[in-house]
Amino acid sequence: MAKNVATASASAPVVADKKRNQWKEVWRRLKQNKMAMLGLGILVFMVIIALSADLLFPKGFDDQMISRRFQLPNSEYWFGTDNLGRGILDRMVHGARVSLSIGLFAVTISIVFGGLLGAMAGFYGGKVDNIIMRSLDVLLAIPSILLAISIVSALGGGLFNVMLAVGISSIPGYARIVRASVITLKGQEFIEAARAIGASDKRIILRHIIPNALAPIIVQGTLGVAGAILSAAGLSFIGLGLAPPNPEWGAMLSGGRQFIRDHWPMTLFPGLAIMITIFALNLLGDGLRDALDPKLRN
Amino acid sequence: MLRYIARRLLLLIPVILGVALITFTMLYFSPGDPAQMTLGEQAGAEQLEQFRELHGLNDGFFVRFFNYVKNAVLHQDLGLSYRNRQSVFAEVALRFPTTLKLAGLGVLVAVAMGIPIGIISATKQYSLFDSISMIFALVGVSMPNFWQGMLMIIFFSVYLGWFPPSGFTNFNQMVLPSLTIGTSTAAIITRMTRSSMLEVIRQDYIRTARAKGQKESKVITKHALGNAMIPIVTVIGLQFGYLLGGAVLTESIFAIPGVGRLMVDAIKMKDFPIVQGGVLFIAVTFSLVNLIVDILYAFLDPRVRSQYR
Repeated sequence: MAKNVATASASAPVVADKKRNQWKEVWRRLKQNKMAMLGLGILVFMVIIALSADLLFPKGFDDQMISRRFQLPNSEYWFGTDNLGRGILDRMVHGARVSLSIGLFAVTISIVFGGLLGAMAGFYGGKVDNIIMRSLDVLLAIPSILLAISIVSALGGGLFNVMLAVGISSIPGYARIVRASVITLKGQEFIEAARAIGASDKRIILRHIIPNALAPIIVQGTLGVAGAILSAAGLSFIGLGLAPPNPEWGAMLSGGRQFIRDHWPMTLFPGLAIMITIFALNLLGDGLRDALDPKLRN
Repeated sequence: MLRYIARRLLLLIPVILGVALITFTMLYFSPGDPAQMTLGEQAGAEQLEQFRELHGLNDGFFVRFFNYVKNAVLHQDLGLSYRNRQSVFAEVALRFPTTLKLAGLGVLVAVAMGIPIGIISATKQYSLFDSISMIFALVGVSMPNFWQGMLMIIFFSVYLGWFPPSGFTNFNQMVLPSLTIGTSTAAIITRMTRSSMLEVIRQDYIRTARAKGQKESKVITKHALGNAMIPIVTVIGLQFGYLLGGAVLTESIFAIPGVGRLMVDAIKMKDFPIVQGGVLFIAVTFSLVNLIVDILYAFLDPRVRSQYR
């Protein structure tokens, strides 16, 4: 405790320095959490593999050859081949790009729009708050996967629409989180001080409120990427998301359904990829939650 | 309390109207002409006109929405299916009990597994049991339920032949779908129960109960669980909605004739009235479940109860 007080007072004069120390401190605590580091490691590995997919797996995701179809795992095709003779591992690696980017973009959409709506609702309160939150209550009454399904059914499938549908369907959740933390922040003295020196609403929201409300959003965002990947895979699985030959993991599982009785690799491996990714994101998200929780400091 | 329930029921009306408006608007502006898409390329102008007349497609947006709501409220009429001209309400209502049963069984599986495991994990924190069940819980949350369903079909139906891979009429047919839909919720409830119990167990009144010589089993079940249940009940309520949505995928894997499957088929054929009807049914149920959860709070938490007098 004494050490904490010392660092706080030493860095107090330089605000930027203090901020950097804060994140350093979070990183230090995160590093101590072995499970979170395992999650981070898996994710970094997956991102690297996905980015270098063309180099490592030059056959691509649609290299068909009927004569070599339905192979079980072997030395050339580690995870076997599918019904069109395409390497399942090749497709999975290229699919990692699609699935990971869907997760990332969808969450970006929900954070940006949910965050803005939540910040406005919490900051202005009153009528604005009421209108925004009651409208979001309506969206919350529809289970998010169902909302995503309805949006995709209106817009049609395809990569962009799937990202949009999954992103929109989780806006209300983020809005609620941001609103709650903005309301807590709003009453604090440093906001009052900023207002007293004549800062505009925009400046207060962008420079003072959002940076301080970031912690819960980071946690929710990490877990949200997992949820988005799952939803997108679910959409493709029931044939509403990405269509063949796209190697998105859910679409691959959907393709394996017909052969579920005869050729298990088509079912096992793409699902395993989804599971490991979600698992890693959950580990990291849980770790971040603990690392960012001020109650658990020291 | 009754006044509170009545007020909450009234507040449901704008939410449901909003849900109707959202689904209606989305599908209204979705590209393509429903008449042409349903009847096909070779349909004559007269046929198309007849179709539009029957489904009221010639009116403007507001007139159509107004009629939709009016018919829904006055006659429980949600329009006709584009495809087979059956009443949407009847089509959805016919399949709704199946979906409800599936989601309900999912919750049952989840509660039956999640709460006991969570309690044991919390009372024996950092034990082997705790570590193993927490790893299983993490895996359970991470597993896409449609994939889990497929693996269970491969293992239990194709390989072992214990349970049929499709249908939902007898007990044997219900085992795999219920496990599929309930697993991730079981994992979530396990984690929630554990953390909620851990928080409660450290409270002073638990120490008091132990100090006065109360049996440990009674301390856990009577003193701790009662208070730990409050956040758990919230999660169960929220999960129920999630399961109603998740039923869409589970129904599709196990060929269960529920609302989810009806909707997926309807989407593929651009049969929008059915999609609207399905979303509306599920949203209403979800809202009612949330209301019930809030009422349950009052029974579980005397502090909340006193506020609603």
